[in-house]
Amino acid sequence: MIEISNGLYQLADFKLTIDIKISSNSITAVLGPSGAGKSTLLNIISGFEGLKQGQLLIDGKSVTDLRPHERPLTAVFQDNNCFAHLSAWQNVALGIQPSLRLTTMQSALVESALQRVELLALGDRLPGEMSGGERQRIGLARALVRQQSIILLDEAFAALGPALRRSLLNLTRELQKEQQLLVLMVTHQPEDAKLVADHVVFIDEGVVRSPVTTAKFFEATDDAVSSYLGDVT
Amino acid sequence: MQMLQPRQYYFAPALLLLAIGLGVLPLLWFSVAQGGRPNFDAHIWRILGFTLLQASLSTLISIVLAIPVARALVRQQLSGLGLLRMVFAIPLSLPVIVAVLGIATIYGNSGLLGGVLPIYGLSGIMLAHVFFNLPLAARLLADALENVPPESHRLAAQLNFNDWQVWRHVDWPVLRPLLPRLAALVFLLCAASFVIVLTLGGPSATTLEVAIYHALRLDFDVSRALTLSMVQVALSALLVWGAGRLAYASPLLPTFRQTGERLDGKRGATKLLDFTALGIAACIVLPPLVAVVVAGIMQVQITWALLQALATSMTLGCASSLIVLSLAWPLAQLQNRGGKAGLLSQFCGIAGLIIPPAVMATGWFLAVRTLNGGPWLAAFLVICLNALMALPFVMTTLAPAVMRSHAMHDKLCLSFGIGGWDRFRTIDFPVLRPVIGQALLMGFVLSLGDLTAITLLGNGGLVTLPSLVAQQMGNYRSAAAGGTALLLAALCFSLTFWAHRLGERR
Repeated sequence: MIEISNGLYQLADFKLTIDIKISSNSITAVLGPSGAGKSTLLNIISGFEGLKQGQLLIDGKSVTDLRPHERPLTAVFQDNNCFAHLSAWQNVALGIQPSLRLTTMQSALVESALQRVELLALGDRLPGEMSGGERQRIGLARALVRQQSIILLDEAFAALGPALRRSLLNLTRELQKEQQLLVLMVTHQPEDAKLVADHVVFIDEGVVRSPVTTAKFFEATDDAVSSYLGDVT
Repeated sequence: MQMLQPRQYYFAPALLLLAIGLGVLPLLWFSVAQGGRPNFDAHIWRILGFTLLQASLSTLISIVLAIPVARALVRQQLSGLGLLRMVFAIPLSLPVIVAVLGIATIYGNSGLLGGVLPIYGLSGIMLAHVFFNLPLAARLLADALENVPPESHRLAAQLNFNDWQVWRHVDWPVLRPLLPRLAALVFLLCAASFVIVLTLGGPSATTLEVAIYHALRLDFDVSRALTLSMVQVALSALLVWGAGRLAYASPLLPTFRQTGERLDGKRGATKLLDFTALGIAACIVLPPLVAVVVAGIMQVQITWALLQALATSMTLGCASSLIVLSLAWPLAQLQNRGGKAGLLSQFCGIAGLIIPPAVMATGWFLAVRTLNGGPWLAAFLVICLNALMALPFVMTTLAPAVMRSHAMHDKLCLSFGIGGWDRFRTIDFPVLRPVIGQALLMGFVLSLGDLTAITLLGNGGLVTLPSLVAQQMGNYRSAAAGGTALLLAALCFSLTFWAHRLGERR
């Protein structure tokens, strides 16, 4: 479980107040207008940006002062998930050992992760020789080998076409169920949330609202939510 | 694409080819008429050897130091660092003769660090070259490092990369493709440097460029000058080819940069490495600058000679920068069209780097020798040579901006039929006004600080600020030289600062 209590983030004029609990073993989507702070929320949880005040707890332990690599989670970004000079295999292996010197066991783990995202045959390719969807699957495979219970997706599939996006969302769902992960995903496509999310966190006017179930969110009983969704519902 | 009306732009390459022809052909003609043929004797190979030696050492030191300095500049956050960045930017706009004066003041016999190293000969030449090229290289490398996507640093933080792994997986892949071209550029600038070698070199420390000048102006040995010129042109052409399109390597469209600071650089060992690099760089760059300020601050005397030199410099600078712009704009347009026109324009743009100013000046000098033009002709030639030397640098600012503007607006302009003068007035000029201003200022500052053209082409009657400094240094009037140098440096720096501000508004 991810828990932020009395959180306040501030950058110049931009303020975000956060008081949420995100439950384990589920997919939670983060929705909201452009510039509302969706990616900021993920950056705070990953440790790339800090809270001005408040506590961040993961599974009951405070991680507020921990550096990014000390937190039990992995982030997948929209672009630049791969180092362009390293092969797919090496990019995944970085998740286990930045020196790239892996034991046999660890190599097997990399291969099984590549297999799981259907990239085993492309392990020797450089990211530049792969499609956008394949590059994002490298990011997912790297998250898998880190064997942590939380994956953060920061518009990870936003640049992909509808069919490819759906197939990667479905893959994410399968992985989440197999490994009982907590997946927190920022998206600007409400239908992504409809497709796979159990809960929705809505951000608007500087406030991160508590998660509600996806079905309840799309009933759009709230003015802000219905104006955000427009005619989509 | 009738609306682009490319034909009108060809006057620029035509004029440049004429200027180059006038530079090269008389030299060939005189050489043939004198019955001379290229004569590659041992002396020439020795000069080539020294040229390569000093340029290699200067390049090696500049670049090896620039790498840790660039990393330190982008990843350390300390209140004083902004100031240091500004100090490192000063040499980029400092007239060469001012730096030479600064180095002579601090490392000369009576200087604060007198006797630390001999300044006349190899070590002085190298010191001056590193003074100019270390900040240049560090800035270009730091720019590249700042363009690393923030996700790479987040990934590095998440995967707990140590300093070596950040270097190997994040920084090195970005810098590696840049280094050969950067090295070629720095090598080219060091191999062709004229004023530094003329003032800090000696009989045994002579480069091709200075030897050409000596052969022609002191010995009037045309065939010898021709031989030296051929070697110099071959060397420069090779290096320009190697330096490639360094300046145009940046992506055509600006990338959206998130405001993410680097997450590394907080470990103790990393900080030690970074601040050691910055300290060494500061020890090279700061003392001559401080010397210029200290030696000049109480010595600025407004004399008639100074005012005359100021007026001459300003006039020459204005004329030269206008010529540069009116050549660079059509060249940039042609370059954007690509194909043969683009290649021609690229060659013309960098001709000033390939054909040594000493060669051009000599050819022009021979071509107009029979005309009795007097000081006006000399002034005109100085203006033209300054424009030619400034052109490659102005092009690196103007051409990418013009190409960006084309990439952004061509489709819209085509679909609404906006072309020709209308397009320039309503689209290109308003969008590119800051860049055009920058180009003009760059041309002006380069001409203002230049001593090469005036030394090669001037007759005693034409005195600019840099040549006044050189005169005063030569006459052992070091106090007066200090004052003039400080004034010149302040002028160049403030104009460059203005150009920089224009650049930020883009």
